[in-house]
Amino acid sequence: MNLEFSEEMVMLQDSVLKFLQNEYDFETRQSLSRSGIGYSEDNWQSFAEMGLLGIPFDEEFGGFGFGQTGLIVVMEAIGKGLVVEPYLASIVLGGLLIQRAGSEEQKEAILPALIGGELKLAFAYVERHARYNLTDVEFKAELQGDQYCLSGSKSVVLNAETADKIIVSARTSGDNFSEQGISLFIVDKNSTGLTSRDYQTVDGLRASELTFDNVMVDQAAIVGELDNALPAIEYVIDAATAAICAEGVGVVTELRDKTVEYLKTRKQFDQPIGNFQVLQHRCVDMFMTEEQMRSLSYLAAIKVAEGDGTERTKSVSAAKVYLGDARTIVGEQAAQLHGGIGVTDELDVAHYVKRLAMMNALFGDRDYHLQRFSQA
Amino acid sequence: MDLNYSPEEKAFQLEVREFLKENYPKDIQQKVAKGIALKKDDYVRWQKILANKDGWVAPGWPAEYGGPGWTPVQKYIFDEECGAANCLRTVAFGLVMLAPVLMKFGTVEQREKYLGDILNSDVWWCQGYSEPNSGSDLASLQTKAEKQGDHYIVNGSKTWTTHGHYADMMFTLVRTSQEDRKQKGISFLLIDMTAPGVTTTPIITVDGMHVVNQIFLENVKVPVENLVGKEGDGWTIAKSLLMHERTYIAQVPRSKKQIARLKELASKERYNGKPLIEDAAFKAKISAVEIELMALEMTNMRVLSKLSSGDAPGAESSLLKVKGTEVQQAITALLMEAVGYFGMPYVKESMTDGWQEEPIGPEEASVLAPHYFDWRKSSIYGGSNEIQKNIMAKAVLGL
Repeated sequence: MNLEFSEEMVMLQDSVLKFLQNEYDFETRQSLSRSGIGYSEDNWQSFAEMGLLGIPFDEEFGGFGFGQTGLIVVMEAIGKGLVVEPYLASIVLGGLLIQRAGSEEQKEAILPALIGGELKLAFAYVERHARYNLTDVEFKAELQGDQYCLSGSKSVVLNAETADKIIVSARTSGDNFSEQGISLFIVDKNSTGLTSRDYQTVDGLRASELTFDNVMVDQAAIVGELDNALPAIEYVIDAATAAICAEGVGVVTELRDKTVEYLKTRKQFDQPIGNFQVLQHRCVDMFMTEEQMRSLSYLAAIKVAEGDGTERTKSVSAAKVYLGDARTIVGEQAAQLHGGIGVTDELDVAHYVKRLAMMNALFGDRDYHLQRFSQA
Repeated sequence: MDLNYSPEEKAFQLEVREFLKENYPKDIQQKVAKGIALKKDDYVRWQKILANKDGWVAPGWPAEYGGPGWTPVQKYIFDEECGAANCLRTVAFGLVMLAPVLMKFGTVEQREKYLGDILNSDVWWCQGYSEPNSGSDLASLQTKAEKQGDHYIVNGSKTWTTHGHYADMMFTLVRTSQEDRKQKGISFLLIDMTAPGVTTTPIITVDGMHVVNQIFLENVKVPVENLVGKEGDGWTIAKSLLMHERTYIAQVPRSKKQIARLKELASKERYNGKPLIEDAAFKAKISAVEIELMALEMTNMRVLSKLSSGDAPGAESSLLKVKGTEVQQAITALLMEAVGYFGMPYVKESMTDGWQEEPIGPEEASVLAPHYFDWRKSSIYGGSNEIQKNIMAKAVLGL
């Protein structure tokens, strides 16, 4: 039993945190978020040089081979820095999906370029009516001759705007809600018939509504097993959920830290408000939530790395329930304890609170995961 | 990062499991499983069995004092297996609390005199900390010990003394001088419960049971050699005592067993023609507690992993105490809720040994409400959860 990070991981962590400290202050983040593509292509190249883009991938494709637990340190750092670069969309969702389900040819064509920062992916799986149900797939792919014709819409596709290729889930057979009959296709972003409505999200990231109007693809575009892509989709959503739980730990650590510091400096009634026990205990509640989240985020990563099954489902959903709780226990309280300044656009605190709130909806909210845990 | 035990640790786990299966008395196991009140004899019997097995009764003791000298992971495994087997938890006062104090602060004579009897459960200890007017503000304690020749004369009263009526000896915090800083005048004294002037009065708790007591001390003569450390060291000693066995404090294995009991009970109870456990609302409540427990178990293991790699532990024991007791209490509430109406009948005799009558409603239902009330104590004792939050605010957050 060992729950410490390896020396290599600690070194990676140090280099990410140093990068964030030197190159990524809050003002920089805000201007990047509001700029053209919503992040910095230079930063993305720096991430590639630092090796961050290769953390979870097998060594034979140029990765570090650190797997899911390796993602913990980079995702925590992303949370701490409110990083806007498309790590979750491209590396975690896109890359891990290819690593899990892709053919050898697809892996060889995609992973080295992804790790090198030359190619980006996005994963389109959300449908307007489906909420968090991954089997509620109406998006159609029909065989016409020796090609598939893709038609339908996908919503809130993270960082689709700058992705070179989109992986999309589609129904190839069976009725809606059927676990069988779901397939994955990888499609060039600039395919004929694929249109994109791009927007900023509340927490300063980018997403798109994608419409596929009879987009034709070869059979080589199928990722994984035809009609049987659900296990791969469930895997990658669990992997991404575990990853954002680690990101949430970073967000919560910053919020707790900033709130405690504020309480030490803000004076009212002739003393630092941190002297007041009612506020101290709230900070302790934040701290305890942070530590319990950290524990569950480690557990979720370990169980995702171990393979499919009930233990993965339970630990990932447990971590996500806690992330949902953190929205209230940490997010709302951080804003409250900062007083008026906590709800201004100028202060970073409000933006951490926003990210925490949006993460609740991402990959299923607290209620969804509590129920999923119950039924597992 | 991995959660797996090494081959040696797995072998140890199996050894513990086998030993418990062979040697843990079935009658005690039944009592623990059903939540029936335990007697001194149950504790002594089990503790002697463990002591005779290479000192397993004292997992935290080094080998030189007769303990097994286990690693933190081995201690954890032992605790886990004991929880899974519904083992009676050994009484902490002598084994877990006083013994490490004697090892660290006691004289050679004190160690020789007391440790062997603690290990063999031949001398039973209780703790004399709280007083009627000193609870969370423990340092305000007023029980006075005045030195007269080679004795201290002790006057005052101690309360909430668990197993005081079973005890032969009491380790006590007393005031030996009036200093400007109230912590400074406190000393750590060992008092013979049979000495003239010691009176033990039962306090009946809300579950109707007698576990705790008030102790009156009236001109009790205590030999000076019963002082541990120097005069005025009492507060330092008391604080160090609270740092022991921090991964034990959360009681994760016990809570896991209680969750299993809750699920079993909720599978037998019926609601709307189906097992209660299929009721979405009730199931969600169980799940919420399970998630807390999962987080707690992992936090516990993180502390353990730190201890194993030689890091000095911090204020984690406060977190483990608060979260651990919250989980324990939440489970007692759900157990009571699971039996619905049948939490209501009060059948006091059913909570003690040898009751043979037909239960009212589900078997074991009558102990559940009393247990729920009894477990309110857990967020109060050992430094109330609010005091733990004060400690974390100061020690971790610097507030």
